[in-house]
Amino acid sequence: MSTSPPASSVLDGADTQQFLTFKLAGEEYGVGILTVQEIRGWSRVTKVPHTPDWLLGVINLRGVVVPIIDLRLKFNFANAEYNEFTVVIILTVATRVVGVVVDGVSDVITLAAAQIKPAPSLGTGADTRHIIGFGTLDERMRILMDVEKLMAGADMGLVDEAIH
Amino acid sequence: MSLDLTQFHEIFFEESFEALDSMEAALLKLSAGEVDAELINTIFRVAHSIKGGAATFAFTEVAAFTHVLETLLDQLRSGKRQVRPEIVDVLLRSGDAMRAMLLATQHKEAIDSAGVAKLRAELDRIMGEAGTAAAAPSVAAAPAPAAAAKAGAPAATPGWRIQFIPGVDLLRHGNDPLRIIRELSSLGKVRVSVDAARVTSLSTIDPEVCVLGWKIELLGEIDRAAVQNVFEWAETECELSIERMGGEATAAAQSAAMPAPTSTPATEAATAAPHADEPQHPPRAESAARTANADGGSIRVSIEKIDELLNSVGELVITQSVLSQLAAPLEGREAGELRSALAQLERHMRALQESVMRVRMLPISFVFNRFPRLVRDLGQRLGKKIELKVTGDSTELDKTVLEKIGDPLVHLVRNSIDHGIEMPDVRVAAGKTEHGTISLHAYHKGGNVIVEVTDDGGGLRKDKILKKALERGLVTNEVELSEERILNLIFAPGFSTADVVSDVSGRGVGMDVVRRNINELGGHIQIFSTQGQGSTIRIRLPLTLAILDGQLARVGKEVYVVPIVSIVETIQVTRERVNAVAGGGQVFRLRDDYLPIVRLHSLFDIDPDHTDLLDGLLMIVEADGKRVGLFVDELMSQQQVVIKSLETNFKQVMGLAGATMLGDGRVALILDIPGIITRFQSPQERGLQTPRAA
Repeated sequence: MSTSPPASSVLDGADTQQFLTFKLAGEEYGVGILTVQEIRGWSRVTKVPHTPDWLLGVINLRGVVVPIIDLRLKFNFANAEYNEFTVVIILTVATRVVGVVVDGVSDVITLAAAQIKPAPSLGTGADTRHIIGFGTLDERMRILMDVEKLMAGADMGLVDEAIH
Repeated sequence: MSLDLTQFHEIFFEESFEALDSMEAALLKLSAGEVDAELINTIFRVAHSIKGGAATFAFTEVAAFTHVLETLLDQLRSGKRQVRPEIVDVLLRSGDAMRAMLLATQHKEAIDSAGVAKLRAELDRIMGEAGTAAAAPSVAAAPAPAAAAKAGAPAATPGWRIQFIPGVDLLRHGNDPLRIIRELSSLGKVRVSVDAARVTSLSTIDPEVCVLGWKIELLGEIDRAAVQNVFEWAETECELSIERMGGEATAAAQSAAMPAPTSTPATEAATAAPHADEPQHPPRAESAARTANADGGSIRVSIEKIDELLNSVGELVITQSVLSQLAAPLEGREAGELRSALAQLERHMRALQESVMRVRMLPISFVFNRFPRLVRDLGQRLGKKIELKVTGDSTELDKTVLEKIGDPLVHLVRNSIDHGIEMPDVRVAAGKTEHGTISLHAYHKGGNVIVEVTDDGGGLRKDKILKKALERGLVTNEVELSEERILNLIFAPGFSTADVVSDVSGRGVGMDVVRRNINELGGHIQIFSTQGQGSTIRIRLPLTLAILDGQLARVGKEVYVVPIVSIVETIQVTRERVNAVAGGGQVFRLRDDYLPIVRLHSLFDIDPDHTDLLDGLLMIVEADGKRVGLFVDELMSQQQVVIKSLETNFKQVMGLAGATMLGDGRVALILDIPGIITRFQSPQERGLQTPRAA
């Protein structure tokens, strides 16, 4: 298993930060590059009973059982299809390894702190705790996500202790 | 340039704890009346090496305390003081104190100085008594040479000419030349001259480097081995020559008579009893040699490395079976060759997997070793006379299993001491020996390890158990309970909490906890007892937690692994044996029992091939003595699977014990049968499970 250093995707005042961007229902999202362990194609999962829909199941990643989450289902986007472009990003969150299904991986971008704007309040009902902010590069906006906070959400229960 | 010693701390602690274990074992043998010079030597060596190590790492409190201990041990070793129970007791407590000090140091906590000081005072007091006894040795030692001389020793001045040039690191390794010389002087009259040729100028001198050498003349008829023994600790790091005074010929003859004077174990063995009886020599030398071999042939490897290795091997096994599956449909001459090569690969893989598994195995003595002390201490406190018999302590078990059976076994042994073995007078009145016996017995049986705890005490009082169970409403009066069932009542939760049957248990933690711990390991516990004659508790444990014999069962598109240990039988259902129960649910009549039916597809909410009980199969599974019928579509192959935790990256899921990789690389989930059964456990169902009186 590759050992990427435990990284926080939180901005710590460093000048620039790299993000892996991916597509979800037409929108572009980004996660801190240091949390990404690898990217792999879609493969069949084993369903785990008594788990929510968006938890597709588990796969065998070189001898390690890794849960796979479909972010499209998690975020309530319609039509989650599984085709040759469907990609699983394997992320290291705290001490755990988790795979997330996305519509496709786009690019690695470098953003300066000034290019990242804090997330505005989206009104009641929308949970934005896992959003670091919006990053703008070449006039395109990406939604930057804090993977640890996303996975630590009560319904996920994938990170035992909330880290932040 | 100073060396960073902290990197060696962990090794020192680890080795010290092991050494303390062996010291304790030796002390317990001593207390059992086996006064043996080799045992005292063992204890002394432990103290000495811990002192040396502690001094090297500047753990001054440990070193200082151990020094006092060592002084006392030295007196025991040289026979200046007799081994008395009181001394053994203090030594045992000193061992505990050293362990506590080392633990505190290891965790960078404060040492309990008051306790240590108290113990130290006790040691001092014992040695203080020595005032008279210490004077005795020189008197006692004197006649021995005299007698030997009378027995026809060589005519020349008896004695040894010793040249002792320590290596430069001698002091750093905790050896003290002065102590060596002092010890020599206890053997006979000593004339010492210093050779200071290597001493450099004051400006370049390093106080930690030993540059002096000594010429020592030791007068008296003294055993060569005794002399050599004094240098035992320094032997490897000094130039040492020991020559008989007045004639090489006799010296040669003398050393020829000594079996391998240079080999440390043999020398120790020979010195073990300087003036003692001959017949004891050979076995001791043998055992010393054996220990030396056992120590020499092993290395320390961290458990993570082994697990990594195990993981890689597991992956190889999967890759290999993928290859086999790919090769199966091929045709032609080469395909046959490929298949036979793959078959060979499979055999090698299995062998490799087994070898790696064995690396994780440790002898059960790691757990058994704590019992002599426990039995001794508790027996003494309760005023009972108890003998502990241990057999099969070389039986090997997975390290993880070993770590987890320690506490349940301690509980069982304590129970046996506390409630099993009677007081000496009661035993005698019952026509038994005054000494009670508790035996621990471990052996292999069909892929499992069996551990038995047996006592020849009073046995369980079935009438009392039944009475208590009735009071608590665990059973009803209507049914006649079998003996086994009555005995098993002591495992019921809450049974042994409050004012319980005094003959059985009564301590805070109940037998239900013991059983739960054993069950969590995939083990099984049984109890046998004959009133007045004692009880036996038999624990069956899997060899390893990493591998499981599994039965693959299919429901719809999903494949699950059912641990074979929990499967009683698998049957096809007939209509007339199924009854619907009011309020939902179905039960199935199996001989005289009514078992609840658990439909796996509805439990896990998946689409099955069959929903009609008649079309699928019913697996009767058992845990905690309770059974249910598990309804599945189809049974597939049986195979050994490597257990992977779901919790590593995910979380615990109800009904699942873990996951594993199948031959095609897919993940299959392992069912948690005890968990599933507990879920289906309600008071009504419990009622249905009690057997009907025929």
